[in-house]
Amino acid sequence: MSLKVDNLRITYRTLRGDVKAVDGVSFSVSDGEIMGLAGESGCGKSTLGNSLVFLEGRMRHLGGRAELDGRELPIADTRAMNEYRMRQVSLIPQYAMSALNPTRKFGKMAAELLKSRGVRFATVEEELRRRLGLVGLADNVLNLYPFELSGGMRQRATMVLSTILNPSLLIADEVTSALDVSTQRAVGEMLMEFRERGFVKSMIVITHDMSILAQIADSILVMYAGKLAEKAGSDTVVNNPLHPYTQLLLASLPEVGVRYDTSALVGIPGRPPSLLHPPAGCRFRARCPFAFEKCTEDPPFMELQPGHQVACWKAMKDAGLDIGPAVPPAAAVGEEASR
Amino acid sequence: MSMLEIDKVSKLYKSGTFGGGLKAALRQVSFNIERGEVVSLIGESGSGKSTLGKIILRLVPPSAGCVRFEGADITQMKGRALHEYYRYVQGVFQDPFSSYNPLYKVDRVFDMVHQEFFPHLSGDEWAARVGSALEAVTLNPGDVFNKFPHQLSGGQQQRVLVARALLLDVKLLIADEIISMLDASTRVDVLNMLVGLKKRGLGILFITHDLSLGNYISDRTVILRNGTIAEMGLTPLVFGNPRHSYTVSLLKAVPQLHKKWEDIDIDELLAAELDREAPALAPRGPESRRYSKSSLAPARQARAKDILPQGEQGPRPSLMDLPGAPWQRKMSSPRLAKLLLSQPPPELVEVEEGHFVAVEG
Repeated sequence: MSLKVDNLRITYRTLRGDVKAVDGVSFSVSDGEIMGLAGESGCGKSTLGNSLVFLEGRMRHLGGRAELDGRELPIADTRAMNEYRMRQVSLIPQYAMSALNPTRKFGKMAAELLKSRGVRFATVEEELRRRLGLVGLADNVLNLYPFELSGGMRQRATMVLSTILNPSLLIADEVTSALDVSTQRAVGEMLMEFRERGFVKSMIVITHDMSILAQIADSILVMYAGKLAEKAGSDTVVNNPLHPYTQLLLASLPEVGVRYDTSALVGIPGRPPSLLHPPAGCRFRARCPFAFEKCTEDPPFMELQPGHQVACWKAMKDAGLDIGPAVPPAAAVGEEASR
Repeated sequence: MSMLEIDKVSKLYKSGTFGGGLKAALRQVSFNIERGEVVSLIGESGSGKSTLGKIILRLVPPSAGCVRFEGADITQMKGRALHEYYRYVQGVFQDPFSSYNPLYKVDRVFDMVHQEFFPHLSGDEWAARVGSALEAVTLNPGDVFNKFPHQLSGGQQQRVLVARALLLDVKLLIADEIISMLDASTRVDVLNMLVGLKKRGLGILFITHDLSLGNYISDRTVILRNGTIAEMGLTPLVFGNPRHSYTVSLLKAVPQLHKKWEDIDIDELLAAELDREAPALAPRGPESRRYSKSSLAPARQARAKDILPQGEQGPRPSLMDLPGAPWQRKMSSPRLAKLLLSQPPPELVEVEEGHFVAVEG
């Protein structure tokens, strides 16, 4: 078991109060697994990924723990995390294209970064050149400033640099979002190759694009409003999703070959709840066509089929589980009014 | 006569350190948009798709060629005629929030259109007009009135901008990447709204880099590559029977839910990728030209004839090599401009009715 996250809770401080961006999240990633983390913007997926590497000043660790290869990650203690960053757990940041220092040549920046990790540049330089070659970047990239590289090249250079110390876990945050389709495919396949070659052991790929995950991920975790909605193998999530949110999300994706006059798609009405004061119960219920009385209670994240976990009362009922009586409607109404 | 005729439009941008170099963003692009037709303009970054949208909206002037709207050349329009033109042609852009003045409430956005274009309409008539425009974009007036832009969701912001365009007698909407910033769950709603507008007779130029979105909504598709048309025609023909190798490689790279990339051959794709990463081609001194002849593979040499500089994707040339730098400049700007403008784009051949493909050399 490579990564094990248990009941992790992260909030953001804002002027109007704490935004509960990650609210009691538990999951695990096995060795060699590429896990996709999908969801709408503001659902907490990037916060979850970032928190495993670096807690920004505004972010606060409220509870829960993360364990990597049997050692606990001290995610609340940014100094203690230094020992783990890049060696054990590494991040390809969102907008990796602009993550490079514009005033340094790429090689110099890499050397400074490695020095801060206590690694001499000379010891890894050869390997760095070799890997840059693998992703189609010539040697002289080390002598170029970021502005001399195109977006795709900067993305690839950042990917190589993030993984140069062979971390156990790589978190790739929206690495394909700003790219053209052909570059998207190249970057996606590169991520898979990094795993094949053992540059990283396992990977969390964060994106809002389900079709990319269907291509590269082994399993997909769907988040909604700070909570987990569904986790299963990527084929299962794509072909046989159990959570209504996943179902509606997949149904709203236009694919090549789908046209409005032959098969009109529909979006999901409404918008996600504010995470400043998240509602009690299932957070998707205001937008869910299947919502019923029971949904005013918080659904547990349950394994309904082997390797397929879902947090949804309806899915549990359909699976033949006894979900117990619903809250009396009066209580539900009272709770609704108190919000 | 088509509603909008784009006739051999070219656009050169200044490039290089001192602005002495030139870069052709568009080369003699021609196509038409009919009334009530959705045309999607698809291309990767640097293909010139947004430039064309801006030329139609008169935000940048073309370097050569002309655009005719209902027979009138818009590139020369001034004053009242231009004001009148904007009554019929409007644009909506990628980032909705940056299109708003953050201090103005939504009502004021609409009121400005009232004062500017319809001063003679009474308040009641105007309110009815606003009501029907909001209805057309499936917005509830209560959700948007008396709110600041930041209080609206991305989808609502885009819809308000489209509604603002509809308040005019708009006949053509330039939609430049209007859904790429929206969430997957609301994207389709905005797309369906555009379909609804099309049914009411609005022509739409839908500019996107996402092939599946273009395919979903458009009647005709124009695939733009490095400023020239690679393939164009009726959408089912272009997507169902792509003939240009670039279109094929784009379609192969689109991530799909139910079909893995591994099942799709990548060789051609890699070839296309490598091709694009070839050094930027621009007229340089005689030495560099000799260098490029001896060192490039034959396939690249064929491309080297093409004077067109690469789009965003290729590596940027080093500062010393930029064609515009004084120590590099072997050709005066006007001469270079003439040369660039005189380069004909690949010829378009009609392979079947309503389906044109550029000849690949």
